[in-house]
Amino acid sequence: MNARLLPYVLILPVTLFLCLFFLYPFLLVSKQAFSTGAGFTLDNFREVTSYWKFPITMRNTLLLAAAVVPIQLALALLMATMVNRMKKGRDLVLYVWTIPLGISDLAAGIIWLAIFEQSGFLSSMMSGLGLVDKPVNLLTFQNPGIVFLAIMLAEIWRATAIMLVILVAGIGLIPKEYYEAAEVFGASHWKRFLRITLPLLRPSLQTALVLRVILAFEIFAVVAALSGTLFPVLMGETYAYQFDLLNSGAAAAMALIILAISIAFTLIILRVLRVPKGATI
Amino acid sequence: MTAVTTDVAGADTRRAGRWVYVSAVGLLCAWVLVPLYFLLINTLSSPETVNSFPKPFIPEFDLGSLTFFANFAGMLTALKNSILVAGLTMIMSIVIGAPAGYALSRFDFRGKELFRLLILLTRAFPLPLLALPLAVMFIQTGLDDTVFGLALVHTTLAIPFAVLITFALFSGIPLELEEAAWTLGCTRLTAFSKVVLPLILPGITASAIFAFVISWNEVFAAAVLTIENRTLTAFLLQNLDTSPLHLKFAGGFILVMPALIFIFAVRKYLFAMWGIASR
Repeated sequence: MNARLLPYVLILPVTLFLCLFFLYPFLLVSKQAFSTGAGFTLDNFREVTSYWKFPITMRNTLLLAAAVVPIQLALALLMATMVNRMKKGRDLVLYVWTIPLGISDLAAGIIWLAIFEQSGFLSSMMSGLGLVDKPVNLLTFQNPGIVFLAIMLAEIWRATAIMLVILVAGIGLIPKEYYEAAEVFGASHWKRFLRITLPLLRPSLQTALVLRVILAFEIFAVVAALSGTLFPVLMGETYAYQFDLLNSGAAAAMALIILAISIAFTLIILRVLRVPKGATI
Repeated sequence: MTAVTTDVAGADTRRAGRWVYVSAVGLLCAWVLVPLYFLLINTLSSPETVNSFPKPFIPEFDLGSLTFFANFAGMLTALKNSILVAGLTMIMSIVIGAPAGYALSRFDFRGKELFRLLILLTRAFPLPLLALPLAVMFIQTGLDDTVFGLALVHTTLAIPFAVLITFALFSGIPLELEEAAWTLGCTRLTAFSKVVLPLILPGITASAIFAFVISWNEVFAAAVLTIENRTLTAFLLQNLDTSPLHLKFAGGFILVMPALIFIFAVRKYLFAMWGIASR
C-alpha cells in the first residue's frame, strides 16, 4: 500500500469512532442545553441555576475537590518518592498501592459504607473500646461533618492510585545523573526533592492533576453509596434531572456546566504548571 | 572522641529514619488493604452477622450472603451483561485503537499533532456526560438498552487509553527489527505479523485488560443507557436505597474481585504506559 496513505488509513477507524461517539454527542448535548423546543434560549441554564439546591450542589462538589485533591497530590508524591528509594519488595508494594486503580467508585463507596454504616466496623471498634454501647448511625443529616469525612476518605482511598502511577512513571524518566551530581554537592534528600524532582516532574504533575480534578468534578457513585441524597453533588443532580424529573434539557445544561468548570480548571492547571518552552529532560 | 559520638548519633538517626520509613510503607499498605479486608469479612458472613452488632473482625466463612446475591432476581443477568459489555469494549477498543497507536509510533504525517490533540482532548473530558445525548440517539437507532450500545460508549472511554498505550508499546520496539524483516523479503504486513506482533502481544493483552476494567467499573453511562439490561454497577446503583446491606457488600465484592486480578496481571505495563502517555 502507498506509504503516504497508510497512516491515514490506520487512524481512520479511531477518528470516525470519536467523531460519531464523542464530537457528535457533544454537539447534541450543547444543542439540547441551549434549546427548549423553539430556537436558542438560556432557559435551561436559568432553570438549573435558580433551583434552590444548585448553590449547595456546586459548593459541595468544589469543596470536596478542594479537600481531596491536595491531600491526594501530597500522598501520591510521598508514596512515589518512597517507592523510588525502595530496593526490596518494590513490586509488591507498588501492586498493593495500585490496587484501588481497578476499583470502581461504586465499589469504593460500598467498601467505606461497610466501615461507616450503623452496625459497621467503625462503630464496632468504638464499642470495643467502650466509647459507645449501642450501634450509632454516623451517616445521617445530623452529622454532615462525618458524612463529608467518609466521602473524603473513600475518595482519597480510591483515587490516589491514578496519581501515584503517573508520578512514579514520571520520576522514572528523570535521569539518575542529576541526583548523583546533587549528592556530590551535598544536597539533602529534601533539597534534592525540591530542586530536582518537583521541577522535572512538572509534565507528569500536569497530567495527574488534570485527570484527577476532572474526575473529582464527576464524583457520583461514591456519594450515592455513602450518603444517598444527604450530600448532593453536580453529577448526582444531573442524573436526577434525567431520570427522576425526566427533564433532559436541564440535565444537558448541568452537563455543560460540569464541562465548563472542568475545562476552566484544566486551563488553570496547564497555565500554572506550564513547562517553559524548550525545557525537556 | 567527638568524631566517634557523631558517628554513633548518625547511625542512630539513620536507624530511626529507616524505622520511620519502613513503618510508613507498612501503614500505607494497611491503608489500602484493611478496608478491602473489611469487605471480605462482610461478604463471607451470613446475612444475620452482616446486620448484627458488634461486628466480628474475622470472617466466619459462611456463603449465605453470596448465595443470597446469586439468587437475587436479575443479579446474575446483570453480572452476565457486565461481562459481555466489558468483553465487547475490550475487543473494540483494541481493534480500533491499536492501528492508530501503530501509526503514531511509526509515521510522521500531516495532522499527526491534531490527531494527538483529539485523543488527549477526549481524555480530558467528562465523557460519561455524553451518555445523555447518546440515549436519544440510541433510541432512534434501536441501540437503546442493548449490550452493544453501552459497549460503544465504553469504547469511547477506553479508546484514548488504548491508543496511547499501544503507541507507547510500539515505540518500545525498534523500527530496525521491522526493516530487517523487510530486507529479508517480508512485506509490511508479514513483517508486522511475524516480528512485531509476537513481541507486542503481552502488552496488547495488558491494554485490553485495562479497557475491560474501565468498562467493568463504569457507573454513570451504564445507569443512563440501560433499563432492562442493567450491568452489575447500574443494577447495584439503582437498588442502593432499597437493597439490604449483605446484598450491597456481596455485590461490591464481586465488583472488586476482577480488579484485584487484573491489576496484578497488568502491573508491569502500568508504569511504562503512563510514562509515555503523559508526554
